[in-house]
Amino acid sequence: MSNWPLDSVVAVSACQVIGVVLGGPLLVGLMRKVRCRLEGRAGPPIRQPLLDLRKLARRERMRPAQASFVFSAAPVLLVATTLVIAAIAPLLGTHPALASSSDLFAVVFLLLFGSVAIALGALDTGTAFGGMGASRSMTIGALAEPALLVAILALSIPAHSSNLPTIIGSSLAHPLWLASPQRLLALVAFLIVIIAESGRLPVDNPGTHLELTMIHEAMLLEYSGADLALVKLGESMRLTVLITLLADLFVPWGIATGPSPGHLVIGLVTTAAKVAVLGAGLATFEVAVAKLRLFRVPELLAGAFVLSVLAVVSALVIS
Amino acid sequence: MSASDLLVATALAGTAASISGAIGSARVRINVSAVLTIAACACGLAVAVGVLHSHHGVALYTNRLIPLTGLSLALDPLGSLFVAITSVVGICAMVFRLGYEGHGLSSRTASSALPLFVTTMLFVPAAATVTTFLFLWELMAVTSLLLVLADHRHRPEVQKAAQWYAVMTQFGAACLLVGFVLLATRTGSQSFVTIAARAPHLAAWVRGSAFVLMVIGFGSKAGMVPLHVWLPRAHPEAPGPVSALMSAAMVNLGVYGIVRVGDGLLRGGPAWWWLLVMILGALSALFGSLHSATSRDLKRLLAYSTTDNVGLMLLGVGASGLFAATGHQGLALFALIAALLHVVFHAVFKGSLFLSASSVQQATGTRDLDSLGGLMRRMPVTGPIFLVAGLAISAMPALCGFVSEWLLLQAMLHGLPTTNAAIAVTMPIGVGVLALTGGLTAFTFVKAIGIGFLGQPRTEAAAGATEVRGSMWAGSGMLAALCLILGVAPWLVVPAVVDAARDATGIRASNPLTPGWQLGLSDIHGALAPGLLLVALALAGATVSLGRAALQRGAARRAEAWGCGRELQTARMEYTATSFGEPLTRVFDDVLSPSHDLDISHTAESRYYVEAATFHTALDDGFERRFYRPVAGALRRWGALARRVPNGSIHRYLAFGLVALIVVLVVVA
Repeated sequence: MSNWPLDSVVAVSACQVIGVVLGGPLLVGLMRKVRCRLEGRAGPPIRQPLLDLRKLARRERMRPAQASFVFSAAPVLLVATTLVIAAIAPLLGTHPALASSSDLFAVVFLLLFGSVAIALGALDTGTAFGGMGASRSMTIGALAEPALLVAILALSIPAHSSNLPTIIGSSLAHPLWLASPQRLLALVAFLIVIIAESGRLPVDNPGTHLELTMIHEAMLLEYSGADLALVKLGESMRLTVLITLLADLFVPWGIATGPSPGHLVIGLVTTAAKVAVLGAGLATFEVAVAKLRLFRVPELLAGAFVLSVLAVVSALVIS
Repeated sequence: MSASDLLVATALAGTAASISGAIGSARVRINVSAVLTIAACACGLAVAVGVLHSHHGVALYTNRLIPLTGLSLALDPLGSLFVAITSVVGICAMVFRLGYEGHGLSSRTASSALPLFVTTMLFVPAAATVTTFLFLWELMAVTSLLLVLADHRHRPEVQKAAQWYAVMTQFGAACLLVGFVLLATRTGSQSFVTIAARAPHLAAWVRGSAFVLMVIGFGSKAGMVPLHVWLPRAHPEAPGPVSALMSAAMVNLGVYGIVRVGDGLLRGGPAWWWLLVMILGALSALFGSLHSATSRDLKRLLAYSTTDNVGLMLLGVGASGLFAATGHQGLALFALIAALLHVVFHAVFKGSLFLSASSVQQATGTRDLDSLGGLMRRMPVTGPIFLVAGLAISAMPALCGFVSEWLLLQAMLHGLPTTNAAIAVTMPIGVGVLALTGGLTAFTFVKAIGIGFLGQPRTEAAAGATEVRGSMWAGSGMLAALCLILGVAPWLVVPAVVDAARDATGIRASNPLTPGWQLGLSDIHGALAPGLLLVALALAGATVSLGRAALQRGAARRAEAWGCGRELQTARMEYTATSFGEPLTRVFDDVLSPSHDLDISHTAESRYYVEAATFHTALDDGFERRFYRPVAGALRRWGALARRVPNGSIHRYLAFGLVALIVVLVVVA
C-alpha cells in the first residue's frame, strides 16, 4: 500500500467528517423531498433537517427524573462512534487516517456500539416506550448481524482481507469482480441490512409515532433540545456513512486514489453524486412499500442471511 | 527464591489458608484465609509469569503426598497461562470475599474449602502425570461441590443444583478416567511427556476414542452443550466469589484439557476430531447465547453466557485443529492464539460480572432482573463496573472482548479461499455463529444493564439498595479495569498467549501477530489499533459533549417522563426482562419452546366478566426437559426394579454367588 503524506491523510479525514456531519441532514432532507414529490406534495426544503437541528440545539434539555448519567451519555456516544467511522473509513479517499485499522468488522462493531448506547439510554428513561423500542431494535440488530458479517466475509474473500482500503483498492484493480455474482448477492444482503440498521421502511417507519409500530422513535421520546439534536444528527450520519460505504464497496470509481487536492475534489463530487442517487433510489423504494409486521422482519433478515451465504459460496466456487 | 520454591510456597500458603479457614472466629478465619489465599495466588502468578517470561519450565516431584506414584508437577507455558488467569481471578475474588457477607460462606467447612479450591485450580494445569492430574481434578470437583452446597440450609434449590453438578462432574470425571487409562495403558506410561512421545504411534481407534472421551469429560467441566445443564443451576446458587471462580477460572480448565490432550498429548489428529469440537462449540455458543438473552435471573443469564463463550473458545480451538490437520500450520497457530486470548479476556470480564452481580444480590437480596432497576444511581460504583464489563463482553470497541472477537473472525476469514471442503463449509458457518452470538450477547447485556441498573426500581428492595463495601467493589473493579487496560493494550498479554499456543501445538511458525500498539497480522493483510480507536472515540466524544455544553450550560432539567398523558409513571409500566426478551422468545419459539399457562377465573354472575387472571410463563432448558429428565426417569425405574432383586433372603444371595462363580469359571475356561 502506497503511503500518502500526512497532510493529505488529515485532509481526507477532515473532509469526510465535515461531509458526513453536513451531508447527513441534507441526505435526510433529500430523501424526504423525493418522497413528498412522489406522493404529490411539495415537501419542505432539502436543508430543513439542518434548520431543525439549529432550532433544537437552542431548546432546553430535559431528562426523566429517574435517569442516570447513561441517558445523557448515549447521544454523545452515538455521534462519537459515527464520527470515528467517518474519520477512518475510506469514504472519499482510499487513505484516511488510521487506514490500517479501518477494518470492516471494526466498523460494524463501532456501529453496534452506537446502537447499544441508544438502547441503554432508552431503558434509562424507565418508561414503557423506552423499553419497547430498545427491545425491538436490539432484536432486529442481533438478527441482522449474521447477514452483515457473512456479507462482509463474501466481500473479503477475493481481497484476502477485511481491511476497507484493501477491499476497495482490489476492486478498483479488478473491475470485473464488481459484476460477479458474489458481489451482487452481497450487495442485496448489505442493502437489506442497511435498511434494517438505519430504521427505514419496510423495517421501521421513521415518520411514525404510533406505539404499536414504533421501533426506533420509541427510544427517542424522552430526548429533547440539544440531546435530541445529537440523536437526530447521529442517525442521519449513520445513514450517510452506511450508504457511502455501500457506494464505495460496490461502485468504487471516483474515490480519491491519489493524495493531490484535485483527486480529493473529484472524490467529493462523485461520492456526493453517488450518495444522492442511492438516497433518492431508497426514497423511491420507500414510497412503494408498506411497513412489515415486526415479526415478519426476522424472515426478511433470514433471507438476507441466505443471500450472503450464497455470496460466500459463489466467491469460493469462483476463486 | 527459585521457581520451584515459589511453587512450594504456593502450595504451603494455600494449605495454611485452608487450615486457618477452619479455626478461629468467623471474622478472623475469613480475613486470615482470604489473605493467605491471595498470597498463594500471588506466588502462583509469580511462577507463571516467570515461566512465560523465561521460557523455562518448572518441575517438581514428591512421593510424600500420593503413595506409589507420587505427585509430579511440571509447568510449561500453556499451563502457566492458565495458572496466571486463575491467580488473577483468585486474587480479585478473595479481595471481594473480604467484604462479602453471609450465604453460608463463613462456615468453617466453606471457608476451609475455598482456599483449597483456589489452590487446586492453580495446580491442575501443572500436573505432569495422569494420577496427579486426576487427583487434583477430583479435589477441585469435590471442593467446588462443597462450596456450591455452602448455602444449603437456607435454600432448598441449592441441594438440587449441587446434585446436578455432582452427577455431571462425576460423569465427566469417569470419561476422563477411561480416556486417560486407555492412553496410559497403550503407551505404557502415565507421564504426560512419554504419552506425548508415544501417542503418534498408537492405533487410530485408540487415539480417536481417547480424544472423544476426553472431549466429553473436559466438555462437562467447561459447560459445553449438551453437558452444560449443571452450569445454569450451580453457578447462580453458589456464593458470589465461588460463582466467579467457577465461571472465570474453573470452566477454562475444561478448555485447557481439550487443548492439552488434543494438541499436546495426541499431537493433533484427523479433521473429524476438530469438526466435532467445532460443532459442539457452535451449538454451545448458539444455545448459550439464546438462553442468556431470554433469562431473567441475573446469575443464570451469566452462567448461560459462560456456555456461550466456551462455545466460542471451542470454535477457535476446533478451527485451529482443523487448520493443522489440513496443513495450514500458521493459521492453526493464529486460531489457537485467538481462542486462548478469548479465554483470558472471558475470565476478566466474566469474573467482574459475576462479582458485581453478587454485590447486587447482597445489596438487594434478589437476582431476579424483574425486581431490580435503578441501581446505577443507588450503587454508583458497582453500576459502572457492571456497565464496563457488560460492554466488554458484548465486544464493544476499545474493550477487551472486541479484540478476541476480531481475531477469531480474522482467523476464520483467512482460512478462505481454500480447496478443502471441510474448511470451505465450516468457516462461513463459524462466522455466522460468531455474528449471531455477538448480536445476541449485545442484546443480553443491554437487557442486563438496562433492566437491572437503569430506569426506575421495580421493588422496595431495589429502591433501598446502597453501595456495597469497598473491598467488594475493589475486587470486581480491578477486573473491570483490566477489561479496559487489556482492550487498549492487548500486547500486554499477547506474547504470553503466543508462547502458550506455540508450546501447546509445537508449531514453530513465525508469530502471526506483530506486537505493539497496532495489532498487525503479519502474513495476512489486516490490522487493528484498539488503543488508537479508543483515543479517537474519546476525542470525538469530548468534542461532542463540549459542543453540547457550549450550547447549553448546566445539566439537563429533571422532569417527569411522558406517560401518554397519565399523571405518574410507576415502575409497573416499565419493561421487564421478560418483556424485553419476548420478541426473541417468539422468533426462536421452536428452539426455546416456552411454556405458557393462562388461568382466568370468571365472576359468579356472568362468565363474560373476568374476576382474576394469572399468567405464568416458564422457559426451561430444552436439553434438560427432553433428554436429562427422561434419562433420569428411566434410571429411577430401573433402580426400582433392581431393588426387588435383593430381598434379604440369604438363600437368594447364595444363589447369586453360585451363578457368578459359574459365569466366571465359564469365562476363564
